[in-house]
Amino acid sequence: MVNRHVVGAHYGLKDWLVQRVTAIYMALFTVFFAVRLLCLPEFEPFAWHELFSSQLIRFLGFLFVLSLCYHAWIGVRDIWMDYVKPVGVRLALHMVTLFLLVGCAGWAVHILWGL
Amino acid sequence: MTEATVSKPVPRPRPKYLNVVKIRLPLPGVVSIFHRVSGAGLFFLLPFLLYLLDKSLNSFNEFLAIVSYPLVKLLLLGLLWAYLHHFCAGIRFLLLDVHKGLDLPCARKSSYAVFAVSLALTFVIGVKLW
Repeated sequence: MVNRHVVGAHYGLKDWLVQRVTAIYMALFTVFFAVRLLCLPEFEPFAWHELFSSQLIRFLGFLFVLSLCYHAWIGVRDIWMDYVKPVGVRLALHMVTLFLLVGCAGWAVHILWGL
Repeated sequence: MTEATVSKPVPRPRPKYLNVVKIRLPLPGVVSIFHRVSGAGLFFLLPFLLYLLDKSLNSFNEFLAIVSYPLVKLLLLGLLWAYLHHFCAGIRFLLLDVHKGLDLPCARKSSYAVFAVSLALTFVIGVKLW
């Protein structure tokens, strides 16, 4: 009888999946946004501002921001896990990454919704 | 009695090419490491990009003044390439995840395609925006 004891924190598969789901969403949003951008008659402040005041862009853009931050968290954490061995330094880098990303998410939401 | 002297094979020291300049990656490996580097670059410059977005929406003239610096333009061109490479290589990895294009010739071709498409798009968009 094979008695497998699976150890670990069990977040690997979830993170793997989240990284891909967020990637697909961001790719779709990128194409959508690029099309909207190409539809602008010209790149000038008013049209640019109006593009971002559309309710759809605000809604989808918010999801993009969340996807980006979660995706970047997994990716950057993997980089630290691959190259930084001392636990203390790694933990510190994880914390800095998290704070930076959460801060950026808040800032992005402020830009998107504060217009 | 002749003793068959079968000398034990002495394991030769394996070359450890952890020297970055000596590593010769195959093309799919180059796509992979560029994916990582571009992702890291985009992460580190995320605050700068948000700053630019903020400026572009709230004080367009200041935004124009910032992006007219050649060095800033060059940086943004690099970030554009990073984004496009990350985008194309990411799609390639998603296809590999669902077992599309796993055989070597196909993997090589798709690696070429990633570089070709991302560089071509960077060039086209870069020329348009410069």
